[in-house]
Amino acid sequence: MDSHLVGSGLARIAVVAAIMSLVIENGFVYDPINKVNGEEIDIFVRDGKIVKEVNKRKARVINASGMVVMPGGVDIHTHIAGAEVNTGRLLRPEDHFRDVEIKTSITRSGVGRSIPSTFTTGYRYARMGYTTAITPSMPPLLARHTHEELDDTPIIDKAAFPLLGDSWFVLEYLQDNRIEECAAYVAWILKATKGYAIKLVNPGGLEAWGFGGNVRDIDDQVPHFSITPREIIRGLCKVNELLGLPHSIHVHTNNLGKPGNYMTALETMKCVEDLADGDKPIIHITHCQFSSFKGSDWRTLRSGAEEIARYVNRHDHVSLDLGQVIFTDTTTMTADGPFQYILHQLSGNKWVNGDVETETSAGIVPFRYRRKSYVHATQWSIGLELALLIDDPWRVFLTTDHPNAGPFTSYPRIVSWLMSKEARKRTLNRISKKARSKSPLESIDREYTFNEIAVVTRAGQARILGLKNKGHLGIGGDGDISIYNIDPQEINPSKQFRSIRRSFEKAAYTIKDGEIVVKNGEVVKSLEGRTFWVNPRVSESLMGSVKQIKQRFQDYYTVQFENYPISESHLAFSSPIQVEASV
Amino acid sequence: MFTLKARRDFSVPVEAECITCDVFSEKSKEEIKSLSIWEGNRRRELGLLFDVKYGGGSDQNETEIRLVGDFGKVRKIGRGMTKGKMVIDGNVGSHLGEEMEGGSIIVRGNAGSWLGSAMKGGRIEIIGNAGDYVSAPYRGSIEGMRDGEIIIHGHAGNEAGNFMRGGLIRIEGNARQFLGIHMRDGTILLLGNSAGRVGAEMLGGRIIVCGQVPEILPTFTIDAVRPSVTVAGNENKKGPFYRFLGDLADNGEGRLFISKPSNPHLSFYEEYL
Repeated sequence: MDSHLVGSGLARIAVVAAIMSLVIENGFVYDPINKVNGEEIDIFVRDGKIVKEVNKRKARVINASGMVVMPGGVDIHTHIAGAEVNTGRLLRPEDHFRDVEIKTSITRSGVGRSIPSTFTTGYRYARMGYTTAITPSMPPLLARHTHEELDDTPIIDKAAFPLLGDSWFVLEYLQDNRIEECAAYVAWILKATKGYAIKLVNPGGLEAWGFGGNVRDIDDQVPHFSITPREIIRGLCKVNELLGLPHSIHVHTNNLGKPGNYMTALETMKCVEDLADGDKPIIHITHCQFSSFKGSDWRTLRSGAEEIARYVNRHDHVSLDLGQVIFTDTTTMTADGPFQYILHQLSGNKWVNGDVETETSAGIVPFRYRRKSYVHATQWSIGLELALLIDDPWRVFLTTDHPNAGPFTSYPRIVSWLMSKEARKRTLNRISKKARSKSPLESIDREYTFNEIAVVTRAGQARILGLKNKGHLGIGGDGDISIYNIDPQEINPSKQFRSIRRSFEKAAYTIKDGEIVVKNGEVVKSLEGRTFWVNPRVSESLMGSVKQIKQRFQDYYTVQFENYPISESHLAFSSPIQVEASV
Repeated sequence: MFTLKARRDFSVPVEAECITCDVFSEKSKEEIKSLSIWEGNRRRELGLLFDVKYGGGSDQNETEIRLVGDFGKVRKIGRGMTKGKMVIDGNVGSHLGEEMEGGSIIVRGNAGSWLGSAMKGGRIEIIGNAGDYVSAPYRGSIEGMRDGEIIIHGHAGNEAGNFMRGGLIRIEGNARQFLGIHMRDGTILLLGNSAGRVGAEMLGGRIIVCGQVPEILPTFTIDAVRPSVTVAGNENKKGPFYRFLGDLADNGEGRLFISKPSNPHLSFYEEYL
């Protein structure tokens, strides 16, 4: 059954590709992976892949003269599908009411500003020139729902990270130091849930939250288990290594959103320092802005970005993404139930909190970031400080942790802040006075170049995710290309930041798998995007150990062991990545 | 002055956001007739549903619209209006004056639910009764009425003043349950009786009830007996009134003023003063 469907997927690509080959002429190409920095070169696409040459007479030619050509955008961390996103939609009719998309002959109708419906999500990403997005918190038990929503998210390629940092099985394996058996279990979970990488959210803390508690730091013992968050992080980092997964462990730190938590973030990065093999980062700290708070309470809150940046600059085993705050009304949603409870108490807003059996928790609270609030303005500053103080753009990525710090549709605004000191200053002049006086932003002169923007919005993210065909325009890469109507030789981004923002909001062209899907910011064709998942091959004898959990499964779960995995046929367009584990 | 008359009885809801003084002031009669309106799931021209006449009126500088007939199926009249005067001779449907910012609307009949939803300014006067959710924001939203005035000479339904943040609601008849639920600020004056649960989950603002109240929610505490209370401007209501604070379930600081003479069954609260 599975192989039949993989076959049909391949056939579909072939059909797509037979239709046309494509030439993009005269554009200024930014392809950091292949070290192309704004040179005028032609890009050729055939059969949905970048090739060396095509027959120009038979190909469709796009004249991109005076335009920027980049690989399709990649978003490493964006909550676009799954149980919590959908619960967020249910919780917020007022979010839909303000933002309605009417159907066209090509696109479906949809609603939602901070939590758009699935189809609208796909279209809006494509309009900004993004072609890949990863949803980072999938409770393994609710994988089926997540994939059903991903299937309904058109155009973009997708993947999902299963939440494993608080799973009872993982905690049991790790407390007994059975790393290899844990690796086999994780391999089974990735295959069963069609997941892509190991996600940890407040490791240990969510398990404690099931009993109304939390962990205080990474050395606090998890109730009912003889294990600490440090051991969970280290254990899963080793598992990641054993399985040879394409991405590193993806960590939402303990104590997230609490003043003084930059120490926890630093401890988290340090705790795997000795496991680094120097090849590529082994830990990804996600939405790091929320983990970079200094101070003892909200009144004494300060930015800890400098300390985090100093550490990241000196250690290359860490990558992170921003979680940049946007001053707007949005919806916060994470698997971090205890954090969401605190947020509900702070804001007084309506909330949802959930517990997913033995796996994880979840919480949702609508939230408005206000310019004049000292705390919110400081958070805004922290995100930009991180981006500007970390020297290596290959290890810091542009995200808003959509929709937690702002909807993904605000990325162009962040691009303009990164590229223009004046744009930052304009916003700085409108925020809380106290926050402005304490923010070091004014003293930071760095302005991102187009090449660096290409790194933080696509190339770097694709590389960290281990997506070999994404984020570059070299031969053999996927034909995912975005073209923006900006002439890098004419424009001065530090002054004309508004034009930059407008251009990144509406791609002149977005090309997905060699087909034009967006033209002048309008969707002209809707395709089905792939779902990537990782299928680690672990030795037969070790996989046998997973069968031993069958009995325990009966004790722990409401679902039968046999019904737990979702089959490949359940995915609309499955794209498995085979990896050879070293166990 | 524009006069609109319905050409026929409507059997399905008509969404008429475009009937506002702001839209009409910039347009000729012919342009107004061609405005687009939804009747059920069909898009229609305004002229097909309504007769439009121009002429008369007292003030040439102010746009005035008169609606004559039964508009009970017509929703969203006066949405976002910022100026001008509208008079409706007959009943009107839901969402009248939604997000209105200025100007005035007078209804010589009854109004539907969601009257003055999330209103920001201006004045709405209803000679008859109003439905549920007077001034309440859209479902799920907490951005309620910010300013302006709603006067209802008849009765009001459930949850009037939901999430209210400012302005005045004056109800001369009775109100059903949950008057001023989730209220943050502003004033509600009820001259008639309440069906109960006044001020549930309120955080701030004032609710003045001159008529009867079956009971006070247990999460309110008595604070004082006041001889009178100032409503808005110079208007003063003679009491005495019991003053309650709450809703303590939400650490609220709202105030209820409940008429003492109309509610002798609440006299036991005086023991706690």
